[in-house]
Amino acid sequence: MTKRVKSSDRRKRRPPVVLVILAVLGLSVFVIPLLGLLARTPWSDLPTLLTSDVVLDALRVSVIASLGATAISAVLGIPLAWVLARIEFPGRSIVRGIVVLPLVLPPVVGGAALLFALGRRGLIGEPLNEMTGLVFPFSIWGVIIAATFVAMPFLVITVEGGLRNLDPRYEGAAATLGAGRWTVLWRVTLPMIGSSLAAGLALTWARALGEFGATITFAGNLQGRTQTLPLAVFVAMESDRGAAVALSLIMVVISLTVLIVLRHRWWGAL
Amino acid sequence: MVGGAVSHSTGLDAHLVVSRGEEFTLDVSLSIPAGHTVALLGPNGAGKSTVVATIAGLLPLDEGHITLDGRTLDDPADDVLIPAEDRSIGVVFQDYVLFPHMTVVENVEFGLRSRKVPRRSAHEQAMSWLERIGLGDLADRKPNDLSGGQAQRVAVARALIVEPDLLLLDEPLAALDATTRVDLRRTLADHLDQFAGPRMVITHDPTEAFLLADEIHVIEDGVITQVGTPDDIRLRPRTPYIADLAGSNLVLGTASSGIVTNGTQQLHIADTHISGPVLAAIHPRAIIIDRRRPDGSPRNTWEATVTRIEHYGDRVRLQTGDPLPLTAEITPDALNDLQIVEGSVVWISIKATEISVEKD
Repeated sequence: MTKRVKSSDRRKRRPPVVLVILAVLGLSVFVIPLLGLLARTPWSDLPTLLTSDVVLDALRVSVIASLGATAISAVLGIPLAWVLARIEFPGRSIVRGIVVLPLVLPPVVGGAALLFALGRRGLIGEPLNEMTGLVFPFSIWGVIIAATFVAMPFLVITVEGGLRNLDPRYEGAAATLGAGRWTVLWRVTLPMIGSSLAAGLALTWARALGEFGATITFAGNLQGRTQTLPLAVFVAMESDRGAAVALSLIMVVISLTVLIVLRHRWWGAL
Repeated sequence: MVGGAVSHSTGLDAHLVVSRGEEFTLDVSLSIPAGHTVALLGPNGAGKSTVVATIAGLLPLDEGHITLDGRTLDDPADDVLIPAEDRSIGVVFQDYVLFPHMTVVENVEFGLRSRKVPRRSAHEQAMSWLERIGLGDLADRKPNDLSGGQAQRVAVARALIVEPDLLLLDEPLAALDATTRVDLRRTLADHLDQFAGPRMVITHDPTEAFLLADEIHVIEDGVITQVGTPDDIRLRPRTPYIADLAGSNLVLGTASSGIVTNGTQQLHIADTHISGPVLAAIHPRAIIIDRRRPDGSPRNTWEATVTRIEHYGDRVRLQTGDPLPLTAEITPDALNDLQIVEGSVVWISIKATEISVEKD
């Protein structure tokens, strides 16, 4: 039997129905929780909730900790990525495995490990405390370290991937033109892996912002000092559902805004 | 001094030895006086890129030395290794390798800025270079928006603006399509002429080597198999590879209405539209040799004396004399059947369609 095709439909091939249904279901995994959040939002109380001390404190701690962790990840993670991408040394694959371990390790385990290493009685924490008086747990530094531990792998693997894909002849060309190592790095290498770098920073920051398990284990849950937005949500779920929803909304709005802006700026082609 | 040979006070003197595992070793000696162009001609995988990398300073030698204008750049026996950024060697890379995130003018001024020339002065010099090569209008474009020919000129400007001591061109024409290649080859020849130092062109294209170089070094499997002027290489190839690659007959002449005139000799060609100075190439195997006048349709037929016979395994190369000296290739069987010896008079015929013609 001949199948008839309307002239208006000739141009577009209809996508397979099963695929579209599954795709819509896939999308609903993300959308339905958001709808649930919006449905429970106490819109009239929102201004009061958003300006409450708990929320503002948590927002401040989260912003400082996530940006701090991103900055530390950039300063330490880019060189680490460079070494992994460019220098062959024995045990490189083991080092690479250690670097990505926090991606699969339960964050609580990471937090515990940090406590054993950097806690007041920790392997390094104790002598450090005796020498300098520094204490990481229950301080903003603890929050930053916990966030860095779980988030930096995103930066290292993205930047390393960018470096591996960069044709080494560009750096060679720069060298023959008289550019020293640093000039090559700043003017050729980093700009040329710009989109990997931006993606890595965005992922790192997003992961740091959402960090929960390692933070609560290592840095504790002190409002105004170590209580980040996710921790505040967790506490509020027990006591004040309205505040929990308000805090969650803040995180959704911040994350979505940053990701959309970055996507527009850096990943236009994606 | 190890090896103690002639040390040129100006120019490049190099003995390059690099081993890559068991299977490949580069062992090449080169000497290029200032003002001379040497072409390194060879197939892919012969080690040409390795030569570029060692001279440019991107790959250290295992043995040997590199001396430029009397200054040692690399000498493993003496623990000397000058890094690329301190060598002052202008490299035009294969595919040009322009920085894609910089504008054209930023690419050209990069070398000056790296040498701490103030921003404004570097910019002015780069702009005047671009004006000179007719690309002033494109200064603020990104390299991706340039045609192959424009990109090549930018790459040459970027390499030359820092006044290097040696100019290295790695397959400068390979990225271009056939028509642009012919135009650009002439521009490139001009650039080479204006550069006072030693010049080196890396290529797999014999025509390019013949037209650009004063001397050709043929490289095969990491070693130089023949050194000579373009005529030496063309007329007296020493290995089957060179015979195959470089053995083509090149005739410079003037084309008009399907005929190329060279002195008194005329060649009929298939292309009736091309006119002006041209380069006609005839492969030795496209030349038909006979003892009697051929009766077929070949438009180009004449009598000539065989001046030289050379055997290369399963083939034989004949040199023929006036009126148009050519190299022809036949089988040893054909040589026996035709009973040709040096001094024999033979009939040469070439079909017009077997002659490829390019504007010179």
